[in-house]
Amino acid sequence: MPTLVRNSVPVAGRAQRKPRQSAQAPPRWFPVRGEVARHRSRAFGLLGALLLAATYVCLSHREGVSSALVPPLSSVLHTAWETLLSAEFWLDVKVSFLRVTAGFLAAAVLAVPLGILAGTFRLSSALLEPVSEFLRYVPVPALVPLVLISLGIEESAKVALVFLGTFFQLLLMTADEVRQVPLSLVQVSQSMGATRLEVVTRVLTPAALPGISHALRICNGWAWSYVVVAELLAATEGLGFRILRFYRFIQTPNIYVYLLAFGLIGLALDWLFRLLHARVFRWNRAGRT
Amino acid sequence: MKLSIRSLSKSYAATRGTVEALSNLQLQVGEAEFVSLVGTSGCGKSTLLHIIGGLEAASSGTIELDGELVRGPGAELGLVFQRPSLFPWLSVLENVRFPHTLRRKRTPSPSPRELENRALLVENLLRLVGLWDFRNAYPAELSGGMQQRAAIARALVARPDVLLMDEPFGALDAQTREEMQELLLHVNALHRTTTLFVTHDIDEALLLSDRVIVLSPRPGRIIGDITVPFARDRRSAELKLDPDFLQLKRQLMALLRHRTERASALESLNER
Repeated sequence: MPTLVRNSVPVAGRAQRKPRQSAQAPPRWFPVRGEVARHRSRAFGLLGALLLAATYVCLSHREGVSSALVPPLSSVLHTAWETLLSAEFWLDVKVSFLRVTAGFLAAAVLAVPLGILAGTFRLSSALLEPVSEFLRYVPVPALVPLVLISLGIEESAKVALVFLGTFFQLLLMTADEVRQVPLSLVQVSQSMGATRLEVVTRVLTPAALPGISHALRICNGWAWSYVVVAELLAATEGLGFRILRFYRFIQTPNIYVYLLAFGLIGLALDWLFRLLHARVFRWNRAGRT
Repeated sequence: MKLSIRSLSKSYAATRGTVEALSNLQLQVGEAEFVSLVGTSGCGKSTLLHIIGGLEAASSGTIELDGELVRGPGAELGLVFQRPSLFPWLSVLENVRFPHTLRRKRTPSPSPRELENRALLVENLLRLVGLWDFRNAYPAELSGGMQQRAAIARALVARPDVLLMDEPFGALDAQTREEMQELLLHVNALHRTTTLFVTHDIDEALLLSDRVIVLSPRPGRIIGDITVPFARDRRSAELKLDPDFLQLKRQLMALLRHRTERASALESLNER
């Protein structure tokens, strides 16, 4: 039996009829919510970056745009090279990274278990969530004076600010993830004899873990904003502190390089989180449920 | 009696007063008996099952299992839902073994022989439902019917006194449904677990059950308690074409239809 192929020779008699819509291949470039070839999506990713660079170059060449505000790309690239070779930059990266990580880890270690409790028990939720909702609307920069008064300009002050910025958000997001777990999973586990503790540790927690991991990734991004707030105000090294210094001496190329550094560090961490997520939650990737 | 339900009623608070979902139900289920609950949608048959399983509280009345009051969900009452409720982060084997990993706490150090028996039970059940070759797959990689088969195996591993099944095949296509019914007959022949089975499919109820309980629409009352006379070893999809089977089915359908049409009239009568 001959099979109809898209490129088959038209049969005499009913020739020249346009192939029907259903026989056509899906669009290669812009299928609605469909997959495209990997090299195409990569090319478009690159295109986006090039557009950004092109916009920058156009701005730097324009009349009336001060070269102090938008220095030529060549000087930014030159500065980038020098920065990469300087010990100062790597010290800044290390210091900021440690502050973010310390504050973020402390927040995660406390907020995730508390969030799981709040998502599980109505009374824990009543105890923790209204307060967290209230505190997360207090802008982190507004807490700086109090933090400085209580902790001075020590490392602990920056770490505390990162902690305060992420803890309440993470608690609420974790609680939400736990509440998303279908009730049927809880009921079925109880009908097999699971105790309350087992329901929490063996059902709710593993079921919510992919969502919690997602929340951690988002909060880590925010943590970088808070560390910069802290460093702008009271620090002697760190990426945020250095940017303020560059401002004092109007070293705009250096500012751009540090902005680039922020973006790239963020991308790298994000990638790392995603990689770990895909590794740990293999069951979720098959994702038909 | 294995399971005794006495004077069970359930009403909900609704926007306009209270809605009576179940009214003064009496039901006795014997050891190893397979009882189906049928009725049109909204008659409260799932609610009844949830109350028996301890997932919802009754407004009044009692449920006794082997003479003891049921106060909440536990290992005595196994549950299988319509929607697959496997744990997506565990493989099929880990899912089916799950009840054993919980019981470990009750028997702190099980003997090697006990452990061997448990492993054997899991393997036998997985083979029985035809999933041994898929034991390392994750639920998301299985079809709906396969997931339901795993859920049944898991419920049996917990060795419940009573198995409560809430339209377990309701979401499956007709073909798979028939396969699952035959499988359940086969499983039941081997394990003889007392089962309460909610369905709105009369064929399914007659094929699987020793008794079929018919519930009326709101408020749910028992309006029929029919003993299914067919021998266990005769039960297969072909039985559905048997004249006796069809006769019984006609009776049940009449009971259901009659009741649905006159439900509202009766309801107002009953309120007086």
